[in-house]
Amino acid sequence: MSAKAQTLIGLLGLAIVAAFLILTPLTLHRYGIYILSEWAVMTIAAIGLNLTLGYAGQVSLAQGAFVGIGAYAAAILTTHGWPLIAALALALVLCFAIGWLLGYPALRVQHHYLAFVTLAFSTLAFLVFRNEFWLTGGTEGIDGVPRPSIFGLSTTPDLRYYYFCLFVLVLAALGALGLVRSPWGRAFLALRENPIRAMSLGVDTRRYILMAFAIGSTLGGLAGVLYAPLVGLVEPPAFALTLSFDLLMMVIVGGSGYFAGPFVGAMVAVLLPEWLRFLETYYLILYALLVMALLIYSPTGLVGIVDRFVVRRRTKAASAARAALSASIERRAS
Amino acid sequence: MADFVTLVVAGLATGALYALTAIGFTLLWQTSQTINFAQGEFVMLPAFFMLAAMNFHLPFWAAIAIGFVLSTAILGFAFKKLLVDPMLRHGVLPLAIATMALSTFLKESVKTFYSAEASPFPSLAPDVDLHLFGVTISWQNVAALVVALAAVFALQYFLNQTLLGRQMQAAAQNPTAARILGVPVERTILYAFLINGTLVAVASLLISPVYLAKFTNGETLGLAAFVAAIVGGFNQIRGAIVGGLLLGVVDNLSAAYLSTQYRGAIPMALLIVVILFKPDGLLGRAEERTV
Repeated sequence: MSAKAQTLIGLLGLAIVAAFLILTPLTLHRYGIYILSEWAVMTIAAIGLNLTLGYAGQVSLAQGAFVGIGAYAAAILTTHGWPLIAALALALVLCFAIGWLLGYPALRVQHHYLAFVTLAFSTLAFLVFRNEFWLTGGTEGIDGVPRPSIFGLSTTPDLRYYYFCLFVLVLAALGALGLVRSPWGRAFLALRENPIRAMSLGVDTRRYILMAFAIGSTLGGLAGVLYAPLVGLVEPPAFALTLSFDLLMMVIVGGSGYFAGPFVGAMVAVLLPEWLRFLETYYLILYALLVMALLIYSPTGLVGIVDRFVVRRRTKAASAARAALSASIERRAS
Repeated sequence: MADFVTLVVAGLATGALYALTAIGFTLLWQTSQTINFAQGEFVMLPAFFMLAAMNFHLPFWAAIAIGFVLSTAILGFAFKKLLVDPMLRHGVLPLAIATMALSTFLKESVKTFYSAEASPFPSLAPDVDLHLFGVTISWQNVAALVVALAAVFALQYFLNQTLLGRQMQAAAQNPTAARILGVPVERTILYAFLINGTLVAVASLLISPVYLAKFTNGETLGLAAFVAAIVGGFNQIRGAIVGGLLLGVVDNLSAAYLSTQYRGAIPMALLIVVILFKPDGLLGRAEERTV
């Protein structure tokens, strides 16, 4: 298959996915649209974590806390009459700064130790959400988060808000894609593959580790800002450790370090449980079994399966070409 | 002062259970780099094996025996063969996520197939208080502390004094060298999983009379075990004991004297401080790394 044909197939696939995402909600009820919006929001957070973990190799169990920080920033400011865009600006700056600070432990410790530092941070953030009544409304949370108007167009109807989320997701994905393909993305990869070699080659590992955390966390905050008006009610349990675990699961199950990974992973984590609802009390049991089975079958995630398939085809095609070439050389020699 | 001592003793008893849970966790990490996020659920489950056996009108001791056998077979052997082995070569994270899914699976299964309510669980110790020098301690706490410490010292003896235990240590420290010297590395890893399966049954037996058997029991316990393992030193059995006991006492004291709202914050703060300033834990030694 030529490179041109491959790009064509890629573009065609993208067009089908886009058509699906734009058209299916038209046929769905309120709840279906809500679930798709949730998928878009969680995908943004998972893209952020994929940058930190999949590309730069820094384990984080704090992404859920950043979604929480973004959601609370949006809820607090918009219920006090500020526009969502102001909340967005504040949340992004806040998450960038806190994410940067959270990167400092990563300069000292790695792997499971880093996972546990970020886990501790998640727990502390949850306690603040739950206990600081004056700011976050304590266990009751903040109710009645309004949806924004964009260019005078209200997004209160669920369908419009879904398209808004989808639009932001596309922007975030393009931004992340640009980052991954830039020298920054290559520096992240170098960091993941071998930090010491990266350092000896002149990559400022310190700065890139901090940036990997800060950028990933900022995307988490962005997801949070979208989450608050989507649900309308922001309360602590939504941002407990479970969310961070779920986001990590999305990245791994989708395929850590693959660009498409978070999109697929968020589908598994958000949509699959809904599809299994017909099983009623058994749905979580089956869901957990499916996740385990998938990881046993392909520890590199769902995109990893496709990747293996493509690679196998390519090697087969290449060895066939080599065999043909050597056969023709032999024929000429004889 | 008597209050303080009571709190410390109760904290030590809770801490002993944290330690028991943490040791198995540490053992799995050392031998096979498994981070078991389902460790809390592993402690929750054996109590239900025992309760189920008692529902067939078996005496308590027989139920305990069945609980231990099932726990070692399922949470030790089957866990290793079905989930860990296929994923071991693919790094720490996919396996860690799979154990997260496993924890959901175990919790939901108990909730669906046994009961969503807390079930009373018979105690090994009499349900009376012990009065000693003006300090009130429950026999259950004493039993927890004694049994947990006995289990820990037995394990410590096994690891340091027996041939098999020393083989396990060798396999954990340097699998390649151990294999060259004739240590059956694969089998020692399996033993670690079996030991963990037994330890969680001990912890389950001790903890269930106090907190009642409930499907959510593992949530706080699993987290506490991680913290205990890290604070004490991830690569030392002794460290897990110190970490567990310290955590139990700190947790109890901070709930009583500081703030109940931020009770959960103190262990986390302790965790962050230890990781940042003494990453190998209070008793740990530095892990060597290859470039």
